[in-house]
Amino acid sequence: MHAEAALGRIGLWFIIMLAAIASAVAAADAGFAAHATIIAIVAFAMIWMSASRFDPMGKAQGFFKMPDGPSRYDDDVIRWGVIATMFWGIAGLLAGVFIAAQLAFPQLNFEPYLNFGRVRPLHTSAVIFAFGGNALLATSFYVVQRTCRTQLAFPGLARFVFWGYQLFIVLAATGYLLGITQSREYAEPEWYVDLWLTIVWVAYFIVFVGTLAKRKEPHIYVANWFYLAFIVTIAMLHIVNNLAMPVSLLGAKSYSAFAGVQDALTQWWYGHNAVGFFLTAGFLAMMYYFVPKQAERPVYSYRLSIIHFWSLIFLYIWAGPHHLHYTALPDWAQTLGMVFSVMLWMPSWGGMINGLMTLNGAWDKVRTDPIIRMMVMALAFYGMSTFEGPMLSIKSVNSLSHYTDWTIGHVHSGALGWNGMITFACVYFLVPRLWKRGRMYSLRMINWHFWLATLGIVFYASSMWVSGIMQGLMWREYGPNGYLVWSFADSVAAMFPMYVMRMAGGLMYLSGALIMTYNIWMTLAGKQREEAPLRDAAYDPQADRPIVQPRPEAVPAE
Amino acid sequence: MSDPVVEETVKGHKRLERNITLLAVATFITVSIGGLVQITPLFYLENTIEKVEGVRPYTPLEQAGRDIYIREGCYTCHSQMVRPFRDEVERYGHYSLAAESMYDHPFQWGSKRTGPDLARVGNRYSDEWHVQHLENPQSVVPESVMPQYSFLKDTELAIGDPAATLTALRRVGVSYSDEDIEKAEADMLAQADPDADPGDLAERYPKALIRDFDGDPDRLTEMDALIAYLQMLGTLVDFDSAAPLEELAEEKGR
Repeated sequence: MHAEAALGRIGLWFIIMLAAIASAVAAADAGFAAHATIIAIVAFAMIWMSASRFDPMGKAQGFFKMPDGPSRYDDDVIRWGVIATMFWGIAGLLAGVFIAAQLAFPQLNFEPYLNFGRVRPLHTSAVIFAFGGNALLATSFYVVQRTCRTQLAFPGLARFVFWGYQLFIVLAATGYLLGITQSREYAEPEWYVDLWLTIVWVAYFIVFVGTLAKRKEPHIYVANWFYLAFIVTIAMLHIVNNLAMPVSLLGAKSYSAFAGVQDALTQWWYGHNAVGFFLTAGFLAMMYYFVPKQAERPVYSYRLSIIHFWSLIFLYIWAGPHHLHYTALPDWAQTLGMVFSVMLWMPSWGGMINGLMTLNGAWDKVRTDPIIRMMVMALAFYGMSTFEGPMLSIKSVNSLSHYTDWTIGHVHSGALGWNGMITFACVYFLVPRLWKRGRMYSLRMINWHFWLATLGIVFYASSMWVSGIMQGLMWREYGPNGYLVWSFADSVAAMFPMYVMRMAGGLMYLSGALIMTYNIWMTLAGKQREEAPLRDAAYDPQADRPIVQPRPEAVPAE
Repeated sequence: MSDPVVEETVKGHKRLERNITLLAVATFITVSIGGLVQITPLFYLENTIEKVEGVRPYTPLEQAGRDIYIREGCYTCHSQMVRPFRDEVERYGHYSLAAESMYDHPFQWGSKRTGPDLARVGNRYSDEWHVQHLENPQSVVPESVMPQYSFLKDTELAIGDPAATLTALRRVGVSYSDEDIEKAEADMLAQADPDADPGDLAERYPKALIRDFDGDPDRLTEMDALIAYLQMLGTLVDFDSAAPLEELAEEKGR
C-alpha cells in the first residue's frame, strides 16, 4: 500500500521532471530554460525523497529543533513560515542595503546581473512578498486556528501553499537577476510565474475559508475579516493586473493586455492596493490578534473595528490614481484618486487608534516589555505614514514630491516602521510558543533590536525627506535671469551625503534583524540567556539592612 | 452610546460575522466598486486618448530595444512622462500626451527620477554619445550614479522570432499589418545595417531611423536595438509644426 502510493508519487514527479527538461531544451530564451531547469531539479529532489529513505524534511526539522509529535493545532507549517520569514527578511534587507550603497557608489554595480535595475525588484519583492508574505501566511494559519478553535481544514493543502509560495519566490527572484520582468512595479514576475501564484493563492483561499467554515466559535473574529479581505482582494488585483499575452508558450516574454493610460491606471490600481491589502489589511489582521494577546487586554472598540474595516477596504481601492498626478491620465480620475486618498486618512487612523487604545490600562508595559514597545512603535509609524500618504496625494504637494526620494522615504517609514516592526513583534511572540520554550533567549536583545531598528528608520526617513524635497526644489528653481538654475546632474551630485546616510540607516535596521536571528537561533536551541531583568531597579542586599552596631565614639585628637 | 441606529447596525453586522459566505461576498463587492468606477470608463470615454498625428507602432528593432530597456529595469530610475509644468517642459520638452503611449504594452511612465526623464530623449544626443554613455556613464557625466552597460555592445541581439513578437502585440491591440508581421525579421536586420536594402520600411514606419547605431556595422548588437529605441523616443509627434498646436489649443473636456 505504502509502496504503491510512493510509486504513484514517483511516477507523477517523473512526468513533471521530463516535461520540465523538455521545456528547457525547447525554450525560446535562456531565462525560460533556466526556470524550467529549476523545476526539473525540484522534481528530481521530490523523486529522490519519495524513492529512498532520503528525508530532508525530517533532517531539517531536527536541524531547526522543531518539537516532535503532532501539536494540538497544525503548527508545523507555521514553524516553517516563521523560519522562511526570517530567511527572506535578511535576504531582502541585505539586497536593500546593497542597492542603497549602489546609489551612493555606482562602482558597486556588477553588470549585467547585479546592476541596480535588476536588483531593485529583487529587493522590493523579497521584502514585500517573501518576508511580508511568509509572515502573513504563518500568522494567518496561526490566528485562524486559535480564533476558530479548530485545526486547519486541509493540512496537506496548507503545506502545498507554503512550499508552492517558496517556489514562486525563487522563480521570481532568479528571474529578476536573469532579466525576466514585466516591468510592472511590485508585479514584475512573468506570465507563467503569475499563473503558478494564482494556483497557490486559490489553494490558500480554500485552506483559509475552509478553516473558517469548520470553526467552533459562532463569530468570525475581526482579525479574520482582515485576512479574508487581504486574500480575496489580492486575488482580484493579481489576476487583472497580470493579464498578458505570451509571445511563445515556451518563452518567458509576454506583453501586457493593456497599453498606455489604461495600463498605467490598472498597474497603480494594483500597486497601491498591494500596499492597501497586502501591507495594510493583512498586517492589521496581525495587529488585531497579537497586540491584544501581548497586552493581555481586549481590543479597544468592537464598533470602531466594524466601521474602520468596511471604510478602509472600500476607500483604499479608489486611491491608485494618486500615483499618476499630472500625467496623461484624465484629470477626473486624478482628482477622484486624490479625494479618496485624503478620506482614507480616517479609517487608517481608526485602525491605529483601535490598536493603541487596546493598551489602555497596560501602558506601563511599554516601559517593561520590549515586544509591546515594538508593537506601539509599529502603530505609531503606521499612523505617521498614513498621514503622510494622504498629504503626498494632494496634487500641489505631489507636484513637488513625485519622482523624488520623498516617496521612497514615505514607503520605508511604512514598510520598515509598520510592517517590519509588527512582524518582528509577532515573530517574537510566536517563536517561544511554537517551539514550546518558556521565553525568548534574551529580552535584552529584543531591546537592542528595537532601538537599532527605530534609529535606522529615523536615519532613513529623515535623509530621504531632505533629499526628496531638495530634488523637487532644485528641479524647479529658476534664477533671476529666468533660466533654470540647476542641471539634472547637479541634483544627482547633491544627493550623495543623503544616500550615504540612508545606507547607514539601512545597515542599522539590518543589524537589528541579525541580532533577532541570533536570538531566535538560541531560542530554538533551547537556551535562555542569564541576564538581569529589564524592569527592575537596582537591588543591593548588602545595603538593605538596619544599622545595628552603635556608632563608634568620636576619638578626640591627641 | 445607545443610539438605536448604531445598535441596529451592530446587530445587522452580527449576521455577516456568523456567515463566511456573506462576509466573503460582501467584502468582494466592497472592494470591486472603486476599480469598476475608475478604470472601466478609460476604455470607452473617447477623450481619454485624443488622436494625434504621427504616433505609430514600434519597428521590430525599436521593440527589441524596448524589451532590453524593460529587461534592465531602466524604468526603476527613469520616467517617460513629462508633466505640464514650466520647468519640466523647459527641461525635457513638450508635456507627454496620452496618445504617445497608446502602443506601449506595458507603459513605461515610471515613478522615480534618479536619472532624468527620457520621454523625449530621442535625437537629443548623438549615437556615439549614447554608446559611450551606456558603456561608461561617468565618462560623460561625472556626477552620474548610473550602472555601466558595456555588455550590450558585446552581446549579439538574440533575434528570436520578431514575427511572433509582433503577432503577440497585435493580439493585444497594436495595429501591425500582415505585411509588417511578414517582413518583421527583414525589417529588424535592415534597420541597423546601412548596406542592406530596407525596402518600404520607412513608408510603413514613418520617421524610422535607418542606420548603424553602435558604431560597428558588421554586427547587430543589443546596443543597436537599445539606441534605436532611445533615439526615437518622443520624436514621432511634431510639436513644432502649427497643426498639432492648434489642435491642442482646441482641446477641451479634460
